[in-house]
Amino acid sequence: MRGSLIIVGFFIAGALVGYSGLLDVGSLGVDISMLALSALIFCVGLGIGHNISELKMSIRSLEPRLLLLPLTTIVGTLAGCLAVGLFLPERSSADVLAIGSGFGYYSLSSIFITEYRGVELGTIALLANISREIITLLCAPLLCRVFGPLAPVSSGGATSMDTTLPIITSVSGKRFAVLSVYHGFVVDLSVPFLVTLFCSVA
Amino acid sequence: MALGIMVGYFVRRMQLKWLDNVQIGFVWLLLFLLGAEAGGNERVVRWIASLGLEAFAISLGGVLGSSVLAMLLWRKAGREGGGK
Repeated sequence: MRGSLIIVGFFIAGALVGYSGLLDVGSLGVDISMLALSALIFCVGLGIGHNISELKMSIRSLEPRLLLLPLTTIVGTLAGCLAVGLFLPERSSADVLAIGSGFGYYSLSSIFITEYRGVELGTIALLANISREIITLLCAPLLCRVFGPLAPVSSGGATSMDTTLPIITSVSGKRFAVLSVYHGFVVDLSVPFLVTLFCSVA
Repeated sequence: MALGIMVGYFVRRMQLKWLDNVQIGFVWLLLFLLGAEAGGNERVVRWIASLGLEAFAISLGGVLGSSVLAMLLWRKAGREGGGK
């Protein structure tokens, strides 16, 4: 829990700095976020390579049916978003599904949605997908206790391979790292396809 | 990531105890930058109150929906077999 609070603290500190105009991320010329994310993913890869023999065994020991996890994440997310959409009369089902199929991949999905469906929906997409990541970071222990060890992975969506991976492995256990990266990778790939699909039918 | 896997494989005899800390450091940096980006974006600041709740509801729906199916999958596939 302490770790999650620190993480939210960093986000809030960043928001205050951005709001005050002290730091304009867009004007820095280089995409620091992208560099930091690449470095983070490199670290994840480093950890995987370092433990490769251990991981080979854990992939082999991975119950084949658990490979279905990305599919259940996609179906479950869309069903949940559809249900919430029933209570949002001013939004069409397709709009809500487009937002939901960002799976926490806020940068890409909000850019797509802003382009196809306008600024307002794009902003909701950004906030919804950021909060998916934050909900996962904050609630991973709770999700694990209530829904079992796969729930934090599923909740993390596309982020289960990078930003939420550390919290997932610390809550559900290191043995879920491989599944988590595989899951994030597959869900990540589905984002551009599903978002544009739901935008085009909206 | 592929590069990281390769490098990690070659240095697998070394101790990499610092790796977890570096990783958490990058997560902190990324969330700080994300906050800075959101806070510096007038559009987000202006809309955040009215649209935030809606966004939160949608993401909560996604989290709960996927968690329920994850629980069903775990019950079906996780406990038996694989010794997980």
